[in-house]
Amino acid sequence: MNMTKKLPSKSNGGGLSLDPLRDWWAGAAGWQRWGVYVLLIIGALLLPHQAIGSFMAPSGADWASMLSDQIAIYVLLAIGLNVVVGMAGLLDLGYVAFYAVGGYTIAIFAVKYDWSFWETLVLAIVFAAASGVILGAPTLRLRGDYLAIVTLGFGEIVKRTANNSDYVNGPRGVQGIPHPPTLSEWEIFGVQPFSYGILDSRPYYYMLVFFIVLAIIFVRRLEKSRVGRAWTSIREDEDAAELMGVPTFRFKLAAFAIGAAIGGSGGVVFAAKQTSILPTNFEFMVSALVLAAVVLGGSGSIPGAMLGAFVVAWLPERFRFLEDYRMLIFGAALVVMMIFRPEGLWPSRQRKAELAEGGGGMGHMGAEVGEQQTGAAAEVTK
Amino acid sequence: MLDDFINQFWPSTIDGLSLGAIYALLALGYTMVYGVLRLINFAHADIFMAGTFAALWTVRGLGVSDLNGIALIGVVALCGVVAGAVAGGGAMLLEVVAYRPLRKRGASRLAALISAIGASIFIQQLFATVLVPWIFGTSKEGGKLPVSEHFREMTTVISIGPIEITNVALIIFFGAVLMMVALDQFVNRTRLGRGIRSTAQDPETAVLMGVNIDRVVSVTFVVGGVMAGVAAALYFLRFEQTEYFVGFLLGIKAFTAAVLGGIGNIRGALVGGFVLGLLEMYGSSIFGSEWRDVVAFTLLILILMFRPTGILGESLQRARA
Repeated sequence: MNMTKKLPSKSNGGGLSLDPLRDWWAGAAGWQRWGVYVLLIIGALLLPHQAIGSFMAPSGADWASMLSDQIAIYVLLAIGLNVVVGMAGLLDLGYVAFYAVGGYTIAIFAVKYDWSFWETLVLAIVFAAASGVILGAPTLRLRGDYLAIVTLGFGEIVKRTANNSDYVNGPRGVQGIPHPPTLSEWEIFGVQPFSYGILDSRPYYYMLVFFIVLAIIFVRRLEKSRVGRAWTSIREDEDAAELMGVPTFRFKLAAFAIGAAIGGSGGVVFAAKQTSILPTNFEFMVSALVLAAVVLGGSGSIPGAMLGAFVVAWLPERFRFLEDYRMLIFGAALVVMMIFRPEGLWPSRQRKAELAEGGGGMGHMGAEVGEQQTGAAAEVTK
Repeated sequence: MLDDFINQFWPSTIDGLSLGAIYALLALGYTMVYGVLRLINFAHADIFMAGTFAALWTVRGLGVSDLNGIALIGVVALCGVVAGAVAGGGAMLLEVVAYRPLRKRGASRLAALISAIGASIFIQQLFATVLVPWIFGTSKEGGKLPVSEHFREMTTVISIGPIEITNVALIIFFGAVLMMVALDQFVNRTRLGRGIRSTAQDPETAVLMGVNIDRVVSVTFVVGGVMAGVAAALYFLRFEQTEYFVGFLLGIKAFTAAVLGGIGNIRGALVGGFVLGLLEMYGSSIFGSEWRDVVAFTLLILILMFRPTGILGESLQRARA
């Protein structure tokens, strides 16, 4: 599985550099990598254990449902948004729209037409991808921040439409969404991992882990293919990419559709787990937090996006004892983290170099003069 | 549907103009910061929210009620000064604390955007959990904070056939236009305004020509904040209440207006604000007021399809600057 090209290794120290780890990874043999993958998946499956929960969750909170309702959903969404923002460099501020499309698809088809969970899942993914294409087709010719505001507007349109439509009960939302059918009563260590119900959140968490693993494999393969290279070239310089013969519009549309499909699948699981959805579940704040997760982790890097999503979803829950002040501190923490690590917590090395050179496809802020670059930039150019 | 539109035409026009004036004032802050920093300053909406609370505080402190005529104009002007000071100061603080360090490090625009979202959450929560309970003595979940009684009396001052213009609409419209003219003159005529335009056009050359760039950025934020403060006072005149989330929807509408007009373009922000306000009101008279926001954003998408850089184009950086 030698899909990772060796990047020129520049060793340097300084701060929280992950370079020794990266160097080992770049040189690791196939079996070592598979070992790490298996260990990571086993670790993910063991995560809901109460021993971990007693530290991770505040007393009184259910760690397993924190994992399934918040953390795993955000991780899945962040992987999806990372395709759009991190890889293709398209700023999407209305990602929640696709999440809502997924949620409302299961709400309509499972409640009104008695479709099963798995059927609606497929349908929701198709619908979400289609809505990505519908939004993208007229708007993807827009550049940068025009696209950002259009996607933001689209997110609001979807939410308001759900709120105003009697077909989906308007602001009262849809209740009574069925749980997925139990696949098997098989029990291991006191858990029935394939029996979905209201009592145990862990089966949902395992399902989300499965989806996350699928999404990672899918996105990772794309990233290392012609599609991924096309996205990189679009992100770095769209005009140059177009001149080199990359059909930029088609690849941007693909990024939108793939990101949307992943978001839609997240919406389905969310709706089935909650058994009810409201238009207020799909506020702009969700888009903002998922975007924060992607950037915080390191835009363009899958492990980074996952780490960022974990931080964004977990921190406010963990510090629930701060009550009113937790979001205050969370907001301040976002600002502080961006000041000290603007390239993200776990940036991919290639992205880091690109960021140092060209602002990572979205450019630098204005009013910036000459060689003021320090930190990340200096670290890479050394 | 169309009957409603025709019957409602003049009231929606008046409403749309006064709403559009508030959008336009807020849009100025977005567009100026964008022109100079290329940053979507999400926290601008919360600067506006701070301004509405300052206006509320002023009106409550004065303890006035049922004002009309010159007295009302005076109180609104005072609210504008207080709210402008609070919002301008807040915006400057925001720039120094949240954006300047990022700028110095040459951070990517995405990082700055996340910083802006963080600052937005922070300001909102600061008001919700600390400042408002402390100043107004209410609990966090107090909901909307109104003045105890109507501080203004709404009267019709001009009435030409079907057109009826209230004193409130009149003050909002002319107050906003006054500020816009002042801003336009400031940007086009003064030394600092020239600094802003040159920084927007080419920061490096601007520095070589002796422009103090940090000062220009600070001034841009302060001016944008003052505009937001005046917008807040006018908003408060119209609705007489405020809450912590008041800025959010208004903020994205104002940013929409800025984009609609051509972001970075000051006159574009004005055009965009009024166009958005009018279209929104016409839209809600046709489809019903619950579809107002859907109409606004759908129009945004449609307009950008045909004019991809807004109605007037991005001229602060390029053509006119």
